[in-house]
Amino acid sequence: MSAIPKEEYLVKCTSACAGCSSSLCLRYVLKAAGPDSVLVVPACCTSVIQGIYPGTAMNVPVYNIAFAAAAACASGMSNAFSALGRETNVIVYAGDGGTVDIGIQALSGALERGTNFLYICYDNEAYGNTGMQRSGSTPLGARTTTTPGGKPTAKKDLDRIVEAHNPPYMATACSAYPLDLYKKVKKALSIPGPKFIHILAPCPPGWRYPTEKTVEMGKLAVKTGTWILYEREYGNLTINGPSKTAMKRPAPLEDYINGQGRFKNLNPEVLDLMRQQVAQNIQRLSREEAGVC
Amino acid sequence: MLTIATGNKAVAVAVKAAKPGVVAAYPITPQTEIVEQIAEYVTDGDLESRYVPVESEHSAMAACIGASVAGVRAFTATSSHGLLYMHEMVHWAAGARLPVVMANVNRALGPGWNTWAEHTDAFSQRDTGWLQVFVGTVQEAYDATLMAFRIAEDERVLLPVMVNLDGFALSHIMQSLDTVDIGDFLPPYRLPHAIDTENPCGYGPMTGPADYFRFRWDIERSMRDARGVIAEVEQEFRERFGRSYGPTEDYRCEDADVIVVAMGTLGKEAEVAIDRLRDEGIRAGSMRLRWFRPFPDLDLAGREVVVIDRDYSFGFGGVVAHSIRSKTGIVPYSVIAGLGGQEVTYNDIADFVRNRRPGEETWFGVNDHV
Repeated sequence: MSAIPKEEYLVKCTSACAGCSSSLCLRYVLKAAGPDSVLVVPACCTSVIQGIYPGTAMNVPVYNIAFAAAAACASGMSNAFSALGRETNVIVYAGDGGTVDIGIQALSGALERGTNFLYICYDNEAYGNTGMQRSGSTPLGARTTTTPGGKPTAKKDLDRIVEAHNPPYMATACSAYPLDLYKKVKKALSIPGPKFIHILAPCPPGWRYPTEKTVEMGKLAVKTGTWILYEREYGNLTINGPSKTAMKRPAPLEDYINGQGRFKNLNPEVLDLMRQQVAQNIQRLSREEAGVC
Repeated sequence: MLTIATGNKAVAVAVKAAKPGVVAAYPITPQTEIVEQIAEYVTDGDLESRYVPVESEHSAMAACIGASVAGVRAFTATSSHGLLYMHEMVHWAAGARLPVVMANVNRALGPGWNTWAEHTDAFSQRDTGWLQVFVGTVQEAYDATLMAFRIAEDERVLLPVMVNLDGFALSHIMQSLDTVDIGDFLPPYRLPHAIDTENPCGYGPMTGPADYFRFRWDIERSMRDARGVIAEVEQEFRERFGRSYGPTEDYRCEDADVIVVAMGTLGKEAEVAIDRLRDEGIRAGSMRLRWFRPFPDLDLAGREVVVIDRDYSFGFGGVVAHSIRSKTGIVPYSVIAGLGGQEVTYNDIADFVRNRRPGEETWFGVNDHV
């Protein structure tokens, strides 16, 4: 951790909920990016966390933009900086609803156009800012305010959608592994073109677990193989340390599920389906890394 | 340099002269030629600009917003459904005080699909905080586009400007075009609130009622100030390049008993109708409304007024007729004509005057009295 700069770009006492992992992540993202960076933020929890005008909790410029428009706005910004001969980092920091649902078209367009920017999706698996409605990123079985009986369909596989655009760099990360996230942001910003990082960001009020368990919850997501940490550089897959072990001997899924109120009273058939999904995902990525597929 | 061009080409030539750092656009008929031409300029090296071929109009305006606040001049062009699709970002550009310039080639809205001229698309964006100018000739499309950048970027304005030209009736019509060497007519782009990583600020964060209200008033104040800025810029344009414009283009209005108010190409066509009416001894004049936002003060006192609306607000009436009534107190004869490219000849316009019924509304060709 000693490599991580002491400078803070997200000041203390923001209006984030207690135990908010997305603001922990943002802290490390900004430390990796440094001061010559602009954050583009669509409607999401970070719209609130950054504070109320005329204040700001950030030590970098933050450009707030409409829900569907983050990647497109960043496109314009990135092209403008290029026209001005500036190398300022343009970083989108968007939630899962703003990415997998309403913002997917703009993201797809920006990736396809080869936009020089870093798009980070911090994924708390629901519309957190509006009070936990289901998003396309909500996992199977999870209760939200609009899926009170549990979500009947699976989580949208954002990473495979992004992968289909062949960006030079993409990675997954998790708030429980900040050094891993820091290194990934550093690496992403050293590569020209479109970069993408998908961070799993557990959310105490949304997932209904005690605030002090936020790091533990992220670790369990990785240890059970529910969330796999990896990178793709120019298409080449590397599974990262913690997930290597987890993929060989995943912890029981219940370790992750049982601590969360959103999965309370889960139908055993749904739990079984969830296990199958985890196993399939592990198998797919293992085979790919081994060069089998 | 004297040449011949379509309305679309005239806009593209003006944009080339304005040298935007970023042009972000999505194709839509009848605007497409503008961005095709600009893409060609960029590819051929005639315009040093980043052409961002976005995947939607919503993204076109979002990209222009990002570019503009990052510190470069930004341009886009659209029409009809494209304008409506970007509506959210049209508001955003004005609220963010960004001097984006957009050409809107006025076109009807579906269903049914119709690519011909109508002004309802632009009027649907009336309350967004954009300045809107409507042009009537190819030359004016060029001149107004050049002036749009200068007006938008003036620190007393800092609001986006929409240059409107009629689909096909002007966008695809060839007329003479006199292009100019703009010299320093457009100063280098300077945005006082451009993103500065040395001075990090939050842009558009959560804002309480008191500050929000103040920001809205500031837009209105700038919109009011824009009247004076437009007059200054049009005056300077006349001095530099010899062509003169104002909030309206008046034709034989001085001694007129009855004045036809129209916009865009119908406003130009009205001039021919006026000559006919004058030959018959009817003292008529025409007033082509150029600026719609900010809405100008009109001198119509003591005259009868016939308003031709190429638009409609369902359940209310013609937008221009009602605007004039509300601004001047005059109750005009309201003619709804030309929707979806309906043909309206100068003879038809002369008939509107001959058969005028002040206070009434007529849908030309449907329930008209002519």
